[in-house]
Amino acid sequence: MIRLRVVLWVLVALAAALFALFALQLSRPKDDFVRSALIGKKVPAFALEPATDGRPGLSSADLADGRPKLLNVFASWCVPCAVEAPQLGALERQGVEIVAVAIRDRPESVDGFLAAYGNPFSRIGADPISEVQLALGSSGVPETFVVDGRGIIRHQHLGEIRDSDVPILLEKLREAGE
Amino acid sequence: MIAELGLAALWLAAALAALQLLAGVAGTSSGAATALAALVRPAAIVQAVLCAIAFATLLVLFARTDLSVALVANNSHSAKPLLYKITGAWGNHEGSMLLWVTVMALAGGLIALIERRLPERTMLATLAAQAFVGLGFYAFLLASSNPFARLVPAPPEGAGLNPLLQDIGLAAHPPTLYTGYVGLSVAFSFAVGALVTRQVTPEFARVMRPWVLGAWIFLTLGITAGSYWAYYELGWGGWWFWDPVENASLMPWLAATALLHSASVLAARDALRTWTILLGVVAFSMSMIGTFLVRSGILTSVHAFAVDPERGTFILVLLALYIGGALVLFALRAGTVAEGERFAAISREGALVVNNVALSAVLGIVLLGTLYPLLTEAFGVRVSVGPPYFNPVSAIFFLPMLVVLAVGPLLRWRRDSFGRITGPVAAIAAIALAVLVFVGLIAGIAVLPLIGIALAAAVAVGSVLPLRGRSLRRLPLPVWGMVVSHFGVAVALFGMAADSAFQTERLVAARVGETIAVGPWSIMLASVHPVAGPNWTALSADLQVRYAAGASESIVPQARSFWAPQQQTTEAALLTRWNGQLYAVIGGEAPSEAPAGVGGEAAAGAGGEVAGGGAGAARWQLRLWWKPFVTFIWYGGVLIALGGALALVGRVIGDVRRRTRRQLVAERRADTPPHLAGSPT
Repeated sequence: MIRLRVVLWVLVALAAALFALFALQLSRPKDDFVRSALIGKKVPAFALEPATDGRPGLSSADLADGRPKLLNVFASWCVPCAVEAPQLGALERQGVEIVAVAIRDRPESVDGFLAAYGNPFSRIGADPISEVQLALGSSGVPETFVVDGRGIIRHQHLGEIRDSDVPILLEKLREAGE
Repeated sequence: MIAELGLAALWLAAALAALQLLAGVAGTSSGAATALAALVRPAAIVQAVLCAIAFATLLVLFARTDLSVALVANNSHSAKPLLYKITGAWGNHEGSMLLWVTVMALAGGLIALIERRLPERTMLATLAAQAFVGLGFYAFLLASSNPFARLVPAPPEGAGLNPLLQDIGLAAHPPTLYTGYVGLSVAFSFAVGALVTRQVTPEFARVMRPWVLGAWIFLTLGITAGSYWAYYELGWGGWWFWDPVENASLMPWLAATALLHSASVLAARDALRTWTILLGVVAFSMSMIGTFLVRSGILTSVHAFAVDPERGTFILVLLALYIGGALVLFALRAGTVAEGERFAAISREGALVVNNVALSAVLGIVLLGTLYPLLTEAFGVRVSVGPPYFNPVSAIFFLPMLVVLAVGPLLRWRRDSFGRITGPVAAIAAIALAVLVFVGLIAGIAVLPLIGIALAAAVAVGSVLPLRGRSLRRLPLPVWGMVVSHFGVAVALFGMAADSAFQTERLVAARVGETIAVGPWSIMLASVHPVAGPNWTALSADLQVRYAAGASESIVPQARSFWAPQQQTTEAALLTRWNGQLYAVIGGEAPSEAPAGVGGEAAAGAGGEVAGGGAGAARWQLRLWWKPFVTFIWYGGVLIALGGALALVGRVIGDVRRRTRRQLVAERRADTPPHLAGSPT
């Protein structure tokens, strides 16, 4: 009987620990997305061939030229990437420099995509095997990174850019420029 | 006006629950004959009526689409079909909580109305515990989730016309699981009541058992349906993902299964007293933890809906109160609940103890695996626990349990020997071995599925052996229930093992007109075209499929893109035969792997891809599975639940007969003197 009582008090203690763990986790803000572990760190070194004839390729050196910019990870076969095209266009018209990485794509498709939805990008690197995407800590397309003038990732935007996200990205770019 | 009526009924019901708790506690401590104690049963019955009224008013509000009520305005729409208007009443947090307290109050009222077998003090303590659990949910509803709150000004139209949510399965799933959870709350109340008065008797187990059985049937159906939903909706071809939400429904089921068997031992043999009480507490704890994990959103899941940390906090407080309270009470009382009857290791009880230990071990494994990511996250490390942990570790306990399941029902209560059942055991072992060798020889398959198929054969034979030598017409319904449920386990196990052993999977990039062979099927991609739905567009593939040399049939898998909220879903196309299912998914256009070599063709495809049009020579990603006997998994689940239903009907009929017999005897006793006095004429 005494052993049973000990077992039961151990159970009570375990339950208490469990509730404490639940409470701790509840009190923390919860990330719904997998954030890149590289935020606040330098972009890993890479150099990509041009994804289309119309624009130069992209290397990590281009991201450390002193000016903050947006790095957009997209693909011509990705429907949400077409959805965010007008917002990227609006950002470009406001003077934001946008560079891009095209994931698992081919030049003709990228050309077709840019012809159909506009081309806000100053540089587009081709990433046929998603190596740069993975190195950036991006888990899908589209994703957009705010990179400051020294090539440090300051912010990661997951999913397509909507109208309501444009002012947020402008604010992040302003902070990155300070 | 009608919303206020519902709210008033709900407040009154809460007040009655408070009365039920106070009077119950007073009655339990000072004796059952006090005036206060006489109030407990009527309070429970009237509370049930009031909750039913409150819930009925909510149904009326939804049926009429009364948009001046915030809940209706947010979750309904005048253009919805009436059926979905009504089911929409519990398709949201507030309504589902009201459903929960209503089912709980109805259960409490039913106990108060009919249950007279236990000592009155135990009943008072049970109803007080039931009221205590209920009060927490009333507080939750009235303080933070009022379903009857008004919205001023009323909007011209409701906001809830999401066609994704207009699904009959989605409408039926929450009530099914809730009924299961609430049934376990009744078992919990009985356990607490018995613990308070130290009356852990076979009678207590008999009274509790129908509630556990009922809960268990609903949980079984809920899990079976949930598994099939994930199978056809998520488009990954799997039927169980060890996802937190799935585990949240599996854990109460495991505990309820163990409780069901230990309650049988207690009812039949007056053994396993403390263990049964503990399982009663654990089973309800698992329902609460499951609800908490799903609602609070502290675990990331593919089924993340209705997530709200504030509600999570409330449920956590309730969880700590109920479970912590019950465990502390138990620890304080443990020494005073007398140990039950002893039994030999080789006996029906012994087999059931093995079943209980194995089920509890699996429960512990699932609980640990589900919570482990939370634990490591507290220390800043993100991990995810998946099938590589759950499958082998739970199999370690499941496989021996299945062996015992095949043999256990043949054993006698109290004391038995293997000598007596050598014949049937040898027959079972021979059949399992024959299947093992036969299947192992004709098909080189992995060890675990092979063992699974052999065990399924053993369990199938073992489950029907208790029928041997008995008159099938006079066999009690609960025995039929056991046989059917155990046979269902064999059927489900066969489905699981056959699916993982014999499934054929092909991932191809196919051109229109191309034919692909998958197992015995030949599948021709006839066409791919875009289609538009009310709030989605989709790529739709027309596949002409042929089984062996049979006739050609057409199936149409789709890849849908929803715009608001933005979401991609796959609509898998299934073709069911008696011996399995063909499962087809279209992914999208395949990125060309060699653009240089096929320059002209690649150019033709450019630009059209986003719209999904594609050129004639484009290649489409198709994922095709032939899954032999996969449907047996769900047939088995339904059989298991059917067995439970047979047992429940048998138990209830037995109880009603015993009650009428007792009443007749009592009436005859009361009637006898005047009857005799009048008879000489």
